[in-house]
Amino acid sequence: MSEITPDLVRHLAGLSRILVTDEEVERFAEQLSLIADSVATVSAAIEGGDVPSTSHPIPMANVFREDIVEPSLTQEQALSGAPDSGDGRFRVAAILDEE
Amino acid sequence: MSELIRKNASELVELLNSGQVSSVEVTQAHLDRSAAVDADVHSYLYQNPETALAAAANIDRRRAAGEKLNLLAGLPIAVKDNLTTTDAPTTSGSKILEGWVPPYDATVVTKLREAGMPILGKTNLDEFAMGSSTEFSAYGASHNPWDLDRIPGGSGGGSSSVVASFQAPLAIGSDTGGSIRFPASVTGTVGTKPTYGAVSRYGLIALASSLDQIGPVSRNVLDSALLQDVIAGHDPHDSTSLPESLGSMAEAARKLDVKGMRIGVIKELMGAGFQPGVMARFEESINLLQQAGAEIVEVSCPNFEYAIAAYYLILPAEASSNLAKFDSVRFGLRVAPEGNPTIERVMAATREAGFGPEVKRRIILGTYALSSGSYDKYYGAALKVRTLIQRDFEAAFSKADVLVSPTAPTTAFKLGEKLEDPLAMYLNDIATIPANLAGIPGMSVPNGLAEEDGLPVGIQLLAPAREDARLYQVGAALEKMHEDIWGKRMIDFAPELEVRG
Repeated sequence: MSEITPDLVRHLAGLSRILVTDEEVERFAEQLSLIADSVATVSAAIEGGDVPSTSHPIPMANVFREDIVEPSLTQEQALSGAPDSGDGRFRVAAILDEE
Repeated sequence: MSELIRKNASELVELLNSGQVSSVEVTQAHLDRSAAVDADVHSYLYQNPETALAAAANIDRRRAAGEKLNLLAGLPIAVKDNLTTTDAPTTSGSKILEGWVPPYDATVVTKLREAGMPILGKTNLDEFAMGSSTEFSAYGASHNPWDLDRIPGGSGGGSSSVVASFQAPLAIGSDTGGSIRFPASVTGTVGTKPTYGAVSRYGLIALASSLDQIGPVSRNVLDSALLQDVIAGHDPHDSTSLPESLGSMAEAARKLDVKGMRIGVIKELMGAGFQPGVMARFEESINLLQQAGAEIVEVSCPNFEYAIAAYYLILPAEASSNLAKFDSVRFGLRVAPEGNPTIERVMAATREAGFGPEVKRRIILGTYALSSGSYDKYYGAALKVRTLIQRDFEAAFSKADVLVSPTAPTTAFKLGEKLEDPLAMYLNDIATIPANLAGIPGMSVPNGLAEEDGLPVGIQLLAPAREDARLYQVGAALEKMHEDIWGKRMIDFAPELEVRG
């Protein structure tokens, strides 16, 4: 049985910056345990062999372009989708707690 | 129903280029069709007839002025709603992006505009392309035109159903683990996932960047080939974009010849778990290919057994990182809890309200797979399995030019049937996922109807990286053999949809 407990779901959701309800915690713990058990078979696949990792299907090294300024979004365009902005900047809630 | 909308894209191309029909006529016919059927099918999340008709009128004007135009100029198209468009909201099927109008066009969208192809609308998908049925779209599921109680596949069920219901001759899809090919299979249409890097992903809202690929959706192999020729090519805005050209897909689709080709049947992708009607049609097609002069060989890919497991670690890991950008700051939704919340609490409340259940599940799973303590056991191991799957393909392609399997184990299932069972939902992609893990091209071609339920099944073709042309060559040849036997196209078996006034 998998180690994905309700407490772990709450912890992972916190790391992922997602509020979760108690009901979601219970449901996700159950579903994610099943999924985690199922995907754990990857360990069996590589047992005993020294297999290199593949992170990218078609490797390409050092993809650079010339260091020349190219057109990009204007400040106005970059801010056009922001929920809140002011003085040409994104406006957000307090970064630090008051306490 | 206008005769125009039932035509293959290649036929419309001829009519447009010879001046027998105008782009406005073709575009209007498809818009009329949407007005008549899309309340039931729900392929589109957004349509703006005015911008589509304006683009069409512009092409008609330029053609009348004798301008040299792209072959596909004037042919309208639908675009999956995870590609950015400056003149239409782009939601990726999520509430977190509701109403967002991007400040730039995806490269593929730019290419469509430059080719003079009017965009009919944005098609539905599972939220951020996570799903196999469109049921995880925050805006409601799309329906399969063959049976409206059934799923049109996913995540690109909007794009598959839009061509299957004659609302568009062509559509753009994206395929991370089968999101073009599975929907094609269950709607009797054609869908291709090109080689990783063959089509620019700039402006595609990323799901899993090492797996995502944009590709064509159509009712006919040649039509997909014509579209891939428009959207493929190097793009400096995508660092994974292949620098070299893969040649003309349309040319390959016109060869209609498989003589001497070695076609490999993948032993592990048949038998148990595959519906009898799916297997029966598959075996028929193998016989057809053999009769046409292809050499059939059996190949073994023993590590495919682990493909789904590796995929459901790599995808959530990459997605959890990609979706971190939805943070309530730069675009999309912001939900502020009461009082004077900090930005962290605003983010958490926004993501709670803006993401649906499957997205939350996968972000949490990905965060788990990447966390210290489980990294080696899960994500690290999955990356090694990816190497093993590439090796399986390498060995198989030393014996065969093209590999084949059923595209999916079953025909379209009922809406709601697998919604609460993530593992059952994931199994739909058992045959399609290996191609994404290895970066190779794959195509689903209509393969007749399953005897037990009368629903469409698909056959999947796979080729080595950069050899997309082989898919079009074999796919078009097989399609021609089928049409000669059936006396009509696959899509002509589909029942008429009820038309609303």
